[in-house]
Amino acid sequence: MNRSLLALAAAAALAVTACSVTPAADAPAADGAPQKVTLQLQWFTQGQFAGYFAAVDQGFYAEQGLEVEIKEGGVDIVPQTVLAQGQADYAIAWVPKALASREQGAGITDVAQVFQRSGTYQVSFAGSGIASAADLAGKKVGNWGFGNEFELFAGMTGAGLTPAADVTLVQQQFDMQALLSGEIDAAQAMSYNEYAQVLEATNPATGQLYQPADFSVINWEEAGTAMLQDAIWANTERLADPAYQDTTVKFIAASLKGWAYCRDNVESCRDIVVAAGSTLGASHQLWQVNEVNKLIWPAPAAGAGTIDEAAWARTVQVARTAVNADGQTVLTKDPDAMAYSNDYVTRALELLDADGVDVAGADYTPEQVTLNPGGS
Amino acid sequence: MRSRTPLAAVAGFALLVALWELVKLLVPADGVSVGGTRVLPRTDDAAMPHVWTVLARLGDPEVAGAAAARPVGVAVASGALFTLGLALGGLVLGGLLGVVLALVMHRVGLVERAVLPYVVASQTVPLIAIAPLVAGWGGKIAIAGWAWQPWASVMVISSYLAFFPVAVGMLRGLTSPARADVELFRAMAAGWWTTLVRLRLPAAVPHLLPAVRLAAAAAVVGAIVAEISTGTTGGIGRLIISYAQSATGDPSRMYAAILGAAVLGLVAAAAVGALDVGLRRYRGSVR
Repeated sequence: MNRSLLALAAAAALAVTACSVTPAADAPAADGAPQKVTLQLQWFTQGQFAGYFAAVDQGFYAEQGLEVEIKEGGVDIVPQTVLAQGQADYAIAWVPKALASREQGAGITDVAQVFQRSGTYQVSFAGSGIASAADLAGKKVGNWGFGNEFELFAGMTGAGLTPAADVTLVQQQFDMQALLSGEIDAAQAMSYNEYAQVLEATNPATGQLYQPADFSVINWEEAGTAMLQDAIWANTERLADPAYQDTTVKFIAASLKGWAYCRDNVESCRDIVVAAGSTLGASHQLWQVNEVNKLIWPAPAAGAGTIDEAAWARTVQVARTAVNADGQTVLTKDPDAMAYSNDYVTRALELLDADGVDVAGADYTPEQVTLNPGGS
Repeated sequence: MRSRTPLAAVAGFALLVALWELVKLLVPADGVSVGGTRVLPRTDDAAMPHVWTVLARLGDPEVAGAAAARPVGVAVASGALFTLGLALGGLVLGGLLGVVLALVMHRVGLVERAVLPYVVASQTVPLIAIAPLVAGWGGKIAIAGWAWQPWASVMVISSYLAFFPVAVGMLRGLTSPARADVELFRAMAAGWWTTLVRLRLPAAVPHLLPAVRLAAAAAVVGAIVAEISTGTTGGIGRLIISYAQSATGDPSRMYAAILGAAVLGLVAAAAVGALDVGLRRYRGSVR
């Protein structure tokens, strides 16, 4: 028996020594060789991230001496955690959720605010008489939960409702079936995704696709409770390292150039995203890239990616005051000064200006996208 | 009797299809609700597409309008194969772990008393709690110079579910020989090793086979859930979620992927059936 135990112990010891912990990819690249950088997305490959895929496809990262690997998100992937644990060099995440992780100890900094506007809607049928947050009283209101619902709750609270008592809250699925079948009166939807889904579904009354006129949309951007969404986050601790600072500037510059490319080449960006592995239909994807463009362009005069202090302050204020279904706020105290920094995006925009890239998109006009049945 | 098994499987599938269509025909489109709680599902085409719509969707291109479009069927088949590979890997890994654990527990009573409660407890931890942890640790590990890949996390999570029935079944099997048989071996001066190989292992087979069958099913479920959880691309689980996102306008595509997952489960069960045939001579060796 002693002998077999000894063998077991030896085998275990061997297994442990064979494993090693890989160091973070901090080391600056050797001369000429591109520097490897990983970007963690918050969801599946889709038009929401078109700019980053375009920057890879069009070689904008390569111009900056970067070789970027894009990691897709998933149901249980929390990009800010992946970033804080050092398994990615940058991550894309919504500001409120990232700040909540930050409050719990994740060392991350918002270095570029790509989406200047929020894309969250609350959609209901036009006949239901829901035109503003106040009209949600007594209705069945769908929401996604998991930190994606705070604009809705802030909107309802602002309209004088107590969300937990005055409305029936329903946990919503990925799709919009619950709204179309009448199970809920109002559903949460992103302008670039779920809202398009209802416009791709067939209206049984007419046999045609549903039309925008069939729906009433509450846009939180107009209601004044919008929160900042997709931003590029960097690892706070590593930002002390000048090499990582330089990489950050280059990464932001190339990413914004990718987004500028998608502003001017919507169809091409759709094809790039499909080639990158998205399974969404062609017209849906085109809609998505177009709607995402509307959230970025026209950008502030200082240039895309700049963090607008007023929008940031409003996001923090909503995050501290809006109470969700569980009686919780996103944040319990104001984030510290390292939560965001405009230093890197400013340097990145200088690079792009010298390169002749239009980083403000002042004369941006969105395209008109026609959705096909099922998004095809 | 063996040759009738595939036939029965096909008949079972046909029965399921008939049941699906029957529910669709008889239950009203809005389902049946009792006191505000729905007890039977909605049956309109968006919630329950016809079986033939789903089958027809298999032949349509996956992404309409894409330059190099592959049919949904090909996408589902390649996803299912990828997941099958991971699930089988998880089954082998978990199976080996389970067998080794059972042997150690059987050999050293102290280990059995110390470890068995934790083996049981391990299965009460929800998979979705473990998956991000494994993916997180995995990202930092290199084994003998080989960098951890995301699919390896899926395989490990799948094996986490698969080892349990094997460990418990194997332990039960090892202790199953009749007292008289064990005493006969001892009387003939057979050592632990000889008793294990000649008596206990053959006697364990009838206990092990159903355990492996359970483990195979668990491994498939584990692989699918782990894929979804860890965001690993290429498998059927990921495909279901990514199709589910456009299910509002295109529900049959999601059901096509779910159908693929069901077929995957059947294939995994059939693979274990082959093991069953291979070890037939040990069946019934236990009283």
